[in-house]
Amino acid sequence: MLKFVLRRFLVAIPTLLILIGLSFTMIRMAPGGPFDGEKQLPPDIEANLRAAYHLDEPLYQQFGRYVFNLLQGDFGPSFQYRDFSVTELIRSGFPVSLRLGGLAMCLALLVGISAGTIAALRQNSALDHGVMATAMLGISIPNFVMAPLLVLIFAIYLGWLPAGGLGSGELSHLVLPVIALALPQIAYISRLTRGSMIEVLRSNYIRTARAQGLPTRTIILRHALKPALMPVVSYIGPATAAVITGSVVIEQIFSIPGLGRYFVQGALNRDYTLVMGVVVFYGVLIVVFNLLVDIVYRWLDPRVPL
Amino acid sequence: MSAPVLAVADLGVRFAMPDGPVEAVRGLSYEIGPGETLGIVGESGSGKSQSVLALLGLLADNGSVTGSARFDGREILGLPERELNRIRGKRIAMIFQDPMTSLNPYLRIGQQMCRVLQHHQGLDHRSAWQRCAQLLDAVHIAEARSRLDMYPHELSGGMRQRVMIASALLCRPVLLIADEPTTALDVTVQAQILRLMRELRAEFSTSIILITHDLAVVAGNCDRVLVMQAGRAVESGTTDAVFYATRHEYTKALLAAVPRLDQVPPSATRKAPADENFLLAVDDLKVYFEVAGDGLLAAPRTLRAVDGISLRLGAGETLGIVGESGCGKSTLARGILRLVAVTGGRVLLLGSDLGAMDKAALRGMRRNMQLIFQDPLASLNPRMTVHDIVTEPLETFHPEYSRAERTRRAKEILVRVGLDPLLLNRYPHEFSGGQCQRIGIARALILEPRLIICDEPVSALDVTIQARIIELLRTLQAENHIALLFIAHDLAVVRQISQRILVMYLGRVVEIADRDALFDCPRHPYTRALIDAVPVPDPRTERARTAVLLEGDLPSPLDLPTGCGFRTRCPHAVERCAAEVPELQRFGATLVACHRAGEI
Repeated sequence: MLKFVLRRFLVAIPTLLILIGLSFTMIRMAPGGPFDGEKQLPPDIEANLRAAYHLDEPLYQQFGRYVFNLLQGDFGPSFQYRDFSVTELIRSGFPVSLRLGGLAMCLALLVGISAGTIAALRQNSALDHGVMATAMLGISIPNFVMAPLLVLIFAIYLGWLPAGGLGSGELSHLVLPVIALALPQIAYISRLTRGSMIEVLRSNYIRTARAQGLPTRTIILRHALKPALMPVVSYIGPATAAVITGSVVIEQIFSIPGLGRYFVQGALNRDYTLVMGVVVFYGVLIVVFNLLVDIVYRWLDPRVPL
Repeated sequence: MSAPVLAVADLGVRFAMPDGPVEAVRGLSYEIGPGETLGIVGESGSGKSQSVLALLGLLADNGSVTGSARFDGREILGLPERELNRIRGKRIAMIFQDPMTSLNPYLRIGQQMCRVLQHHQGLDHRSAWQRCAQLLDAVHIAEARSRLDMYPHELSGGMRQRVMIASALLCRPVLLIADEPTTALDVTVQAQILRLMRELRAEFSTSIILITHDLAVVAGNCDRVLVMQAGRAVESGTTDAVFYATRHEYTKALLAAVPRLDQVPPSATRKAPADENFLLAVDDLKVYFEVAGDGLLAAPRTLRAVDGISLRLGAGETLGIVGESGCGKSTLARGILRLVAVTGGRVLLLGSDLGAMDKAALRGMRRNMQLIFQDPLASLNPRMTVHDIVTEPLETFHPEYSRAERTRRAKEILVRVGLDPLLLNRYPHEFSGGQCQRIGIARALILEPRLIICDEPVSALDVTIQARIIELLRTLQAENHIALLFIAHDLAVVRQISQRILVMYLGRVVEIADRDALFDCPRHPYTRALIDAVPVPDPRTERARTAVLLEGDLPSPLDLPTGCGFRTRCPHAVERCAAEVPELQRFGATLVACHRAGEI
């Protein structure tokens, strides 16, 4: 087990380096720079600024410096938010996104797995078709349509829930964004669960369990759920990483100060270090979550070799 | 006879299919008394399995059942699930064919077994666990307690089937239904499992329905037999009556098709050709695999799948290779054909060393050596037509042929393997298993190879089909002077087609002999055990049988015993066997690897 984890981390190093290299080059190749504004800065001031941020050095040197600092946990200063380092920005944005995304993923798993299982048990019934049609809708309707609709209905017409912001941290402020964020995930997870559950229910070992006279509930919970969750597990690894690092659209619509906003703003402002910081952070999370998925996989299926 | 445990009357099973209903079982009636064993025999598709699945409400969703089945005087067809669950697993238990897929691979043995007891008898976890351990003990699983913590994949095939039997007996059922319980197992293990079932029947006085395609299994284990064909019972009666006073033509055909070890097959053994003109010469072939070690820094371990095998095969000759699953038969075939990397040794085909060839030369050589596989359907690409499958080798090796020429040859070859050339544009799924195997043979044959390796070519087929495929292979071999390496676990089948037979155990040769010498006078104790374990379709012989059964399973090839590989299961093992690896010794035309071959 330990050997497996170690090996995975060793493999992750080149992956991350390639990721850093690619995004580093790509953002530099984009036209414009961090100091292009409405007003043209005087050339000598801009030169000074560039020197202060080491932007006058050759690219390879900048890259080396960036990686060297990164190894010490320093993401560098933000170009845009002059008084903050990128580390501080991530530290302020991530907990918000994590809370929002974490809740959304929990909701998605709970509802998605239950709905998928029920649909599988009643395969080709009206209930099954209903669940699957709803799921199809959930996948096809984009976030930026669904979220304003939710706001319109629950915040404006019904007035049950706040329309945006975090307030002073009440849960009611999170309800709508969490639902909006969870809906497509619910849809996807329920479809995945249904498909694999149907397959598992046809397997020989489920027939054995039925021949042993076990009631349906026991068969589903004890015999079928674990194998049926395998595809869901491999999906939720990367999905969780994506959801907890912030949804640009949802955070914008509900004006939530999460990580997603920084990414878009950073990219628009050519805030090199901020963009890089978010990319690297996301990359590390993906690696970590994929590792978690493999560990859970191994725990679910004893036949998977490490 | 006292009141029957189960009385089935006019049972019908029907499946709703897109092109209309299919009747799998029609008008089936039988009774089974307490402590009695009823054998239901039939080929695949005869409806034998569906007829019992229907009793327990285990049909697929599109299946429906008619008629009546009274268990203990009570009608059980159409009972609601809740009522059925009071009978299933508790009073009627079932054992399935494939123990690997019929046990839940995600749960420990103990978890799967305990759940049944907890549900039916309300036992608490501790006493349930204890009872499970007792039952594993009863089915002769060593170290029963620690096995409960294992997952199915950590056990051997035979042990998994023992676990299945133990789970079925947990609640001491009145009726046990065993659906092909030994079909997926080796003969030696089959013999163990059948003996176990006889013991348990005596001990638990359970009635048993034994479903099988194998008449030999029925002969020694059943009181009465029911023969099914295409959903109907064509003959039923006491075992002796069915075997010795056979009335129905189908039963006669079935009995005639079974290859029997107690009858000498007709064709005479051909003499092995002189040394110079061997078509295939294998010298000390070794195929090892590296397997990852257990610990953090553990060195990889070596799995010796094929460990120094030498053999000779003359043109037009057939060498049979037998051994239990896991003994390295298939790896040997792949090693000879260079389909796996070879660790050591030499393979000469037509005098040239395959190991010394570069890729292009080896590919050129492949036209002389072809392979026929075990699973006829799976080894044909489902998205290619028969034409494309059969002519593909021609495209590689005869690019100069026009499409018309290729088609002409494909038609010719189909006729030779006994298929209608009009079927050329069909896809594999439109054919039966036997027909698919004929397509596989046509594909191997079209390049006119000198050597064909057949890896269990008939083990997936029904006996009547088996007989026809073997006959076809024999005819084709005689016509084209092809050498065959015929790999199979079924000794009777190997005996029908081979001139010489090689017996493998744990990657090594234990005996090579001329066919008749091997069966008349087996020299190696393993060969004897293999021959002894094969059941014979003759009830009197089976009842009189006092064979010494091989105990235990094949040792792990990762953890080979010192000295002779077979000594852990050998009844004749002495100290020397643990110390020295036996070399092959010559006894006439027979080669045997056993220290005590001369004395026993």
